[in-house]
Amino acid sequence: MSAELIPYITEARPDTGLTNGKIGIWCFLASEVMLFGAFFASYIVLRTSAAEWPHGSSILNVPMATLNTVVLITSSVTMVMAWASLMRNDMGKYRLFLGTTVALGFCFCIIKYFEYSAKFEHNLLPHTHNFIALYFIMTGLHAAHVIGGMITNAYFLVAAPSYLEHDRDLLINRVENSGLFWHFVDLVWIFLFPILYLL
Amino acid sequence: MEARHDSTAHKHAADHGHGHGHHEPGFLGKYIFSTDHKVIGIQYAVTSLFFLMFGFCLMMVMRWQLAYPGEPLPLIGGWLGEARMPGGVMTPDFYNELGAMHGTIMVFLGVVPLGVGGFGNYVLPLQIGAKDMAFPKLNMFSYQFFFVGCVLMMSTFFLPGGAAQSGWTSYSPLANINPGQTGWIVSMIFIITSSLLGAINFIVTTIQLRTKGMSFWRFPFFVWAQFVTSFLLLLAFPPLEVGAFLQLMDRVTGSSFFLPSGLVISGHPLDVAGGGNPLLWQHLFWFLAHPEVYVLILPAMGIVAEILTNNTRKPLWGYTAMVYSIIFLGFMSFIVWAHHMFMTGMGSAIAAFFQTTTMIISVPSVVILAALFLSLWGGSIRFTTPMLFALAFLPMFGIGGLTGLPLGLTSSDIHLHDTYYVIGHFHYVVAPGTVMAFFAGIYYWYPKATGRLMNETLGKLHFWITFLCMNGVFMPMFWVGLAGVSRRLYDGGASYAHGQHVLWLNGVSSWSAWIMGAAQIIFIINFFWSIRGGKAVDKNPWKSTTLEWEAPSPPPHGNFLTDPVVYRGPYDYSPRGYSADFRPQAQEA
Repeated sequence: MSAELIPYITEARPDTGLTNGKIGIWCFLASEVMLFGAFFASYIVLRTSAAEWPHGSSILNVPMATLNTVVLITSSVTMVMAWASLMRNDMGKYRLFLGTTVALGFCFCIIKYFEYSAKFEHNLLPHTHNFIALYFIMTGLHAAHVIGGMITNAYFLVAAPSYLEHDRDLLINRVENSGLFWHFVDLVWIFLFPILYLL
Repeated sequence: MEARHDSTAHKHAADHGHGHGHHEPGFLGKYIFSTDHKVIGIQYAVTSLFFLMFGFCLMMVMRWQLAYPGEPLPLIGGWLGEARMPGGVMTPDFYNELGAMHGTIMVFLGVVPLGVGGFGNYVLPLQIGAKDMAFPKLNMFSYQFFFVGCVLMMSTFFLPGGAAQSGWTSYSPLANINPGQTGWIVSMIFIITSSLLGAINFIVTTIQLRTKGMSFWRFPFFVWAQFVTSFLLLLAFPPLEVGAFLQLMDRVTGSSFFLPSGLVISGHPLDVAGGGNPLLWQHLFWFLAHPEVYVLILPAMGIVAEILTNNTRKPLWGYTAMVYSIIFLGFMSFIVWAHHMFMTGMGSAIAAFFQTTTMIISVPSVVILAALFLSLWGGSIRFTTPMLFALAFLPMFGIGGLTGLPLGLTSSDIHLHDTYYVIGHFHYVVAPGTVMAFFAGIYYWYPKATGRLMNETLGKLHFWITFLCMNGVFMPMFWVGLAGVSRRLYDGGASYAHGQHVLWLNGVSSWSAWIMGAAQIIFIINFFWSIRGGKAVDKNPWKSTTLEWEAPSPPPHGNFLTDPVVYRGPYDYSPRGYSADFRPQAQEA
């Protein structure tokens, strides 16, 4: 139904050179920048107006977070390779790389789980200090984004055969957009990591 | 309830329509889970009209307490329960509940969804010659998120502790400790999500789905207004979402983001870690809420521009200047937010900056208003009902804007802040301003949505009573406010010794509000009666140039019978050497 009503889903509009989805995802990412940007701004305000503020590395687990940084960056690489394999119509590699991306996302969440439970054990809860509270809300919201990205990617892994039957270009577009989101989530972590763990 | 109203409205409309494209979805698919931008627009419009009326009813109850403090409210007082109105007399807590929910409902459940969700959804794709929105399913989800948010917001009235009581601004630390706030935050997260989906959809639709020949400089001004508004929604709402998350953390997990150390409440020190910053909430809130003010007014300006040129039979004066102004306005609206916070102790250097940007942002507003006024010059004006409402918008918005200047200057704000003057000021922008423009829009586009005109006599009666009473409600507030009466007083100023000589004006405001409330019955009758009983018209009853009038009334699924092609700018009225007094955009040269 929508295909006959809505043009420029898979082919770019000549004068803008873009598909609808591409503009849509960039708009969405712009609002995400404002979301996390407001968190970072709140972090600055709270930290500068607080009487005392702990050094991140004295409370948080830096080695685990470093490992998580590596995991996420690797997953961004495999995400691009999945998309590139799809472009070349190499479905075996597409499944391998996209599967790895999802698995690495899962890995990230497992490590996060161990980090969180260690905090719970030591009774480092949001009501003890605003730093801990910020740590939970910022990394928690980021983890929610990781899970969202994992679900989307897992869907494109499972649904790929049916896409290939009727509209391969649509799958390529959507995997690209899903990749943009995944890279963005990765990028947010690149900012979260130093601000919370190192500074 | 609203969904049912909507569905009947659309069904009758469809009876006179021209077929429904290629599919005949069932009742649910056509009216409840529709992805058609027109149905979603009507869903938004009817829901938000219901909430505008509901929010106004809350205020009508409050106005009794303000005019006759401490006296039992006749008749209705008994219905609202002993807990809230013992013996028919309002408790202060209930007054706060009504105030907070009036603001929240009017802004987030009424005006924004009507201006953007209703008019934007219905008119924008038609005006650019699109068959639907770029992401029809997201559009449906947008309405559904909104609807769930509305239901949740209403349900907070029935929760223990009642609805939110901390004003629509939900200032911390008050909002951290008041009951009802958690429900407010959760509802707001749904409404924010809905706005986000809508905003992305509008931007992509405007950029991508323009029909052949529809370049940006051929957009009707309404499309520009919606386009800029979408960017405001897209970029300004996330910081409020952050504020909502942080406040939710404070309330649920006991963190102290907005609670400073050593806070004492009712003589008891609050048992929290402290170290937070209450000003942070205000910054996050107003970073949304100032652009939000422009989200309220820009669609109204767009509507008025359409109706003015159509009824003066003249091109819009200064179209290019208006477009640049509205873009500049949108940009500037992101850097004026702290003028709401002059008196918070944030410091005079910052206040000086925001005072300056506030003075700058008044320039494009004045350019737009002046261009609209000049558009009237030399026109042969048709005083139709939509035109009356659109004309009324001009001085009303003008009063609202000009009375804002003393509030934007830090020194005069010292006297005026938090008085009834402020209430008078922003209501002149939003109520006699935006709401009048929305009425204009409803009367104007009603024949497009139903194929029938609304009754002109009832419309004019509705206009004159509303117009006079609207001023009766808000004009006295300037005097009350200048006398120094605080807007936060539950007794309407009776306890404020220096304001006694102006308190009789509270009665004027209240009676005007009640009469205006009664006058809306005329509108409701006209709205529903005209669906069947209105005068049937062809596709272009107002002899307008823009594309929405090329489609049949009501437009079928997919909107246009043939793809329209645009040959000229939007307002080619009374062209020289042409037989008719208007040349539609889609008319071949």
